[in-house]
Amino acid sequence: MKIVVCAKQTFDTEAVIALTADGQVNATGITLIIDPYSEFAVEQAIQMKEKDGGEVIVLTIGNAGAQSAIRHALAMGADSGVLVDDPAIAGGDSLATALILAKALEKLNPDIILGGFKSSDIAGAQVLPRVSSILNLPNVNVATHLEWADGKAQVTRELDDGVEIIEVALPAIIGAQQGLAEPRYPSVKGIMQSKKKPINTWTLADIGVDAGAVGAGAAKTKVVQYTLKEARKGGRIIEGEVPDVTKEVVQLTRTEAKVI
Amino acid sequence: MYQFNEEEQMILSMVDDICTDIIMPRAQEIDIQDEFPWDIHQVLAEQGIFSLCFAEEYGGAGVGLHCWLKMMEKIAAVSCAVSMMIANVSLGSAPVVLFGNEEQKQKVLPELASGEAQIAFGLTEPNAGSDIGGITTTAVKKGDKYVINGNKVFITSGSVSKYFSIFAKVIGEDGSRKLSCFLAEKDMPGLVIGRNEEKMGLHGSVTTQLFFENLEVPESAIIGQIGDGYKIVFQSLNKGRLNNGAQATGLVQAALKDATIYAKGRVQFGNPISEFQAIQFMIADMEIGLQTCHLMLDNAATLFEQKSPDLMKYASATKVVCSDMANKATADAVQIFGGYGYCKEYPVERYFRDSKIFPIFEGSNQIQRGIIAKAVYKEYNE
Ligand SMILES: Cc1cc2nc3c(=O)[nH]c(=O)nc-3n(C[C@H](O)[C@H](O)[C@H](O)COP(=O)(O)OP(=O)(O)OC[C@H]3O[C@@H](n4cnc5c(N)ncnc54)[C@H](O)[C@@H]3O)c2cc1C
Repeated sequence: MKIVVCAKQTFDTEAVIALTADGQVNATGITLIIDPYSEFAVEQAIQMKEKDGGEVIVLTIGNAGAQSAIRHALAMGADSGVLVDDPAIAGGDSLATALILAKALEKLNPDIILGGFKSSDIAGAQVLPRVSSILNLPNVNVATHLEWADGKAQVTRELDDGVEIIEVALPAIIGAQQGLAEPRYPSVKGIMQSKKKPINTWTLADIGVDAGAVGAGAAKTKVVQYTLKEARKGGRIIEGEVPDVTKEVVQLTRTEAKVI
Repeated sequence: MYQFNEEEQMILSMVDDICTDIIMPRAQEIDIQDEFPWDIHQVLAEQGIFSLCFAEEYGGAGVGLHCWLKMMEKIAAVSCAVSMMIANVSLGSAPVVLFGNEEQKQKVLPELASGEAQIAFGLTEPNAGSDIGGITTTAVKKGDKYVINGNKVFITSGSVSKYFSIFAKVIGEDGSRKLSCFLAEKDMPGLVIGRNEEKMGLHGSVTTQLFFENLEVPESAIIGQIGDGYKIVFQSLNKGRLNNGAQATGLVQAALKDATIYAKGRVQFGNPISEFQAIQFMIADMEIGLQTCHLMLDNAATLFEQKSPDLMKYASATKVVCSDMANKATADAVQIFGGYGYCKEYPVERYFRDSKIFPIFEGSNQIQRGIIAKAVYKEYNE
């Protein structure tokens, strides 16, 4: 089975995000990692390969720096990587991302496609559904469990009140939710082997995407600005004798916190 | 400073993850239970941590000493019991790596690299600690075998190891006594594993007595040549001392981090205690110490890789600085935590107990200073 995982590189989930004066995310000094949702998908793909054989290809859009996300997946056990890197891509929205992935996937012609159902940074959850409509493939998202056999997959999806089990014919696009597969730590051996595994870089021309169809010019949505959530205010300490303090606290729960 | 390449950075980042996710949550329990943490050993083996110590042809990862030491520093910062089991594979195998023949290397090193087996370094005896000339364990040739008698104390991982590098004096027919090194195995008759010591710190790292009661080893067990004992000890300990320094540096790092976070949160006299100059000076001294440790380790590791003839002096100095610094930094951290630092609720209490070993073993700091002085005297020979 040929498994392609669409994986994204993102900010370290523990990084403290700061904004520039014009409301854009300040990326300087922030460590980039493979997106956690993509990582669930990579782990699932490797487990499928370990069980039934086949190959796992990691597909990423980004500049040369995004190779480290692919390398991480290769160190976990994926076989090869494809990086779509083209200056024309900059500034595009999820429509363009989906188009590029769809065209690269057509070229790779996989038996199953996995990815994060959303990413931990932008969390638009748009890319895989858009890819599936471009390629006219079934798409099941928020997957927490996956069984596969005889050209079919059974996907368990998380709902608010329970789970839903869906059967789809393959090839299909499955979006990973946390719980699908617990990502392994790459081992030293995996890390050393990863440097011998190929990462192919494709331009837009390589996958037949017109530069005018992607990038800032083609974007149908535009992020105006980001604003950070207000930091939590520190608590207030009310000092004094216990009876007085109690009285004041009860008072404040009505007048200030307005909880009773 | 050495710049880690991409693979080494990925390895160290994986080490950070297993430290935070797996070792740190177990560290206090390991300290309280004082039992060899096989669960952690298994994780380290699966992740390939032990392979970092060895060359590729013996199942190792083939990374340099800098990466090995940085890994150990990171692990010691969360648990010295765990870092000891790793460091000991390096020390125990050093005689084989440095002086062993191809057959011995092929037999032992791949098993050590995979974590399948461990190896202990058997040098110290009840009456021969700093003074290894006083070793009374003997080996006598009998046919094509050597018969070893004597006993060892304080042997790290002695009760969990499959292999043993044992130092004994070979008694010649002429009555000569030549210190030599043998590769013994756990299931050889005559090798008796004694009890584990109850220690102040390093709980979870086992420290064991060994008895040799007519232990017969084949001639092929000799590491290097008969009489190479001192050479093997000194060169093995050069590496051991850097392992020691790296672990001690991990403790400095841990003490600095914990003390800083605590000082910023602890309010007395209406201020966080971190605002008091007396506290600032202790924190600053820890940072100065940490920078010093890093520079000394980096330099000594480079000299090791270059096989520099000056290594011994630098390895000894690095061991002294890092281990003394760990003692001071962990003591200061306890001081900054006040009464809470004296209780087991916070890990600084464990850091303090663990730190005390580092100026003692692998050549006490007094012995190291002796080595350094001798090296200096040689340089100024009129
Ligand atoms: C937890 C632990 C793990 C160990 N692991 C191992 C191991 O794996 N393998 C192994 O072989 N050994 C091991 N050892 C032994 C360790 O290396 C020795 O304890 C150490 O070398 C000191 O020897 P000693 O304890 O006999 O002290 P002694 O040699 O009796 O020294 C006592 C004191 O006298 C000082 N002193 C001695 N001689 C001189 C001198 N000439 N000038 C100035 N001061 C001097 C020492 O510095 C020390 O302060 C371990 C010990 C411990 C506690």
